[in-house]
Amino acid sequence: MLTYLRPALSMMVLFTLLTGLAYPFAMTGLAQALFPTEANGSLIENDGRLVGAAMIAQPFTAAAYLHPRPSASDWNAAGTGASNLGPTSAALIADVAARRVAYEAENGSPAPIDAVTASGSGLDPHISVQNARAQTARIAAARAVAPQEITAVIAAAVERPLFGLYGEARVNVLLTNIALDAAFPMAPAAPTGEMTE
Amino acid sequence: MTFLAYGLYLAALVGAAWVLALWMTRVYAGALPAGLQRLEGLVFRATGTQPDRGMTALSYGLAVLAFNLAGFLSLYAILRLQGALPLNPDGIAAMAPDLAFNTAVSFVTNTNWQAYSGEAQLSYLAQMAGLTVQNFVSAGTGMAVGVAVIRGFVSAKGTTLGNFWQDLTRSVLWILLPLSVGLGLFLAAQGVPQTLLGAVTVTGLEGQEQIIARGPAAAQIAIKQLGTNGGGFFGVNSAHPFENPTLASNMAQSLSILLIPVAFCFLFGRMAGDRRQGWAIFAAMAVLFVAGLSVIHLAEVAGNPALGQGANMEGKEQRFGAMLSALWAASTTAASNGSVNAMHDSFLPLSGLVMLINMAIGEVIFGGVGAGLYGMLLYVVLAVFLAGLMVGRTPEYLGRKIEGREVTLAVLAFLSMPLGILVGGALAATVPSALEAVQDAGPHGMSEILYAYASATGNNGSAFGGFGAGLTWHTTALGVIMLLGRYAIILPMLAIAGSMIRKTPSPVTSGTFPTHGPLFVTLLILTVLILGALTFFPVLALGPLAEETARAAGQTF
Repeated sequence: MLTYLRPALSMMVLFTLLTGLAYPFAMTGLAQALFPTEANGSLIENDGRLVGAAMIAQPFTAAAYLHPRPSASDWNAAGTGASNLGPTSAALIADVAARRVAYEAENGSPAPIDAVTASGSGLDPHISVQNARAQTARIAAARAVAPQEITAVIAAAVERPLFGLYGEARVNVLLTNIALDAAFPMAPAAPTGEMTE
Repeated sequence: MTFLAYGLYLAALVGAAWVLALWMTRVYAGALPAGLQRLEGLVFRATGTQPDRGMTALSYGLAVLAFNLAGFLSLYAILRLQGALPLNPDGIAAMAPDLAFNTAVSFVTNTNWQAYSGEAQLSYLAQMAGLTVQNFVSAGTGMAVGVAVIRGFVSAKGTTLGNFWQDLTRSVLWILLPLSVGLGLFLAAQGVPQTLLGAVTVTGLEGQEQIIARGPAAAQIAIKQLGTNGGGFFGVNSAHPFENPTLASNMAQSLSILLIPVAFCFLFGRMAGDRRQGWAIFAAMAVLFVAGLSVIHLAEVAGNPALGQGANMEGKEQRFGAMLSALWAASTTAASNGSVNAMHDSFLPLSGLVMLINMAIGEVIFGGVGAGLYGMLLYVVLAVFLAGLMVGRTPEYLGRKIEGREVTLAVLAFLSMPLGILVGGALAATVPSALEAVQDAGPHGMSEILYAYASATGNNGSAFGGFGAGLTWHTTALGVIMLLGRYAIILPMLAIAGSMIRKTPSPVTSGTFPTHGPLFVTLLILTVLILGALTFFPVLALGPLAEETARAAGQTF
């Protein structure tokens, strides 16, 4: 056995240097040089401050915004998680029923399946097109614009399946909300409760 | 449309694997360009290994064990010391001893079972110099053993199966590394982070703060898929938008999961000098794969009426939907990869049933890199033996007689699966401190236990995530069972190969049972199903089948 341990240890050292340090450092250098935005998390800067990452969901609750899918881990982007509840779980079925009631009360429209089920990552950046459309009337009312104008922004935001074959049509919630703010600016929410004219 | 989508995917997979097998045949035969040979020579000189010295099955096995032991010790040390080591921008503390044992075993055995959450419990150094290294070399170990076992079945009469250090080095340098660089850069372009900057804090549109974990993920994810490792950079694996941001990244990863395992079928045919033998193995695996994929696809698309109309979207990402989640679930459990792009715990019971069968039969539907092929050769030995019993002739495979010694060793290797799953699962279902890990009531709880122990035994690594894998009972028991599932198959298979290579091939006659036609493929599939699936039928009836019956009757737990 000892005759095998010496080459085993030296091979281990060599592969640690090669695949554990050289490979990831070289990949970091290449990725940073070639795709600096993507390799740092596709962060979005708005008016000089970081407002989010394009692919990471945020919890939206204001009526003027599209709302994301439910998250079992409270949109924690530093500790992700799912419900992991099974298909016969009474707890899951009750959660879904409660979300359906809330969604339909808020939007006055039947809830699509993606609006009442929690995503796997807890950070799903997308909702279905149907889900986005169902929120149009609420957003239009909150922004005091015609619903068709909101519909147009959402329609422009729809992402299609790859090659028309793989994946689902969808709308990125954060990017669409930024587009909504750009198209129909609102008075900025005053953090201290003091309104500025 | 669905048929077209799956058909194109399978065609792309087979085409790419077929081309890769051409290259792999050259690599393992040492027919490399002069420049690469010189580079390879540097590795052997630096490590003091003599690559041309052939190893018997025993030497090969000892070299595998010594190398994996060195890997285990190195990874365990890094996990225990990560708090004091550099490249730790988020200030992550040392891992507890039982969890570090479980994690080190998990990555050395190519399982990549994750009882921890990457972004919260691992420093960048541990991800890179610890896990990424094992992603390469545990895959390289499986591929080397795969090639050595093939040589035992196909080479001219002799005593040695090749040299482990040479096969390992060639697997990593000329197959895994170049593919990983290509895939890793593609993923980075798609939006997978590859940065050494720590987490970033942003202020969302509604003014709330959000801390976003990042890291050098793309490099690790590339090898995690290509090496059938599956351990994610982030806790939720390839469901995380940073691990798998786009549909293009998803399809590239889906193809990578099965690429090398499929290529191994064709490599086998080429090394055997009879490509039909490779196609026959491929056909048996492909039939089982497509059957399992169909069940999962139909179940998930039909959805769960208890949650509402439409596909089952609990635990799934909107961009992938039911179809791409089903494709991934079928691939990752068939290939012993273990990464997920949707949460398997929330899949429907019949999908869970297929995933459990894929793992419990020993990861032989393409299976782990190298491991899937030598696992299937185990069933080949048994299938040929059964055929021999039926026609009353001494069974033969590729011209070599299969005798008592080979069959005994094959059965011994096979027994590790019921031992790990049934005994491990039975203990977990009875010991109170182990039973606490179960999240769901009713038969789904049984499925959670079974899934954990099938995943560990098959060296898969995916999980029903509700299962509390972090309990000391399970970190320890699953760690031991991962070792069993890896080495109690590798060592007997090397012994079979060592025994086969000593036999004189006999010429093909009219009485030879052909092992490349539809009859053999059917026999092989039936052997897998009868031996593999029936062994586990009683527990599957208590878990997923009972749950499906309850669900159909509208019962909840």
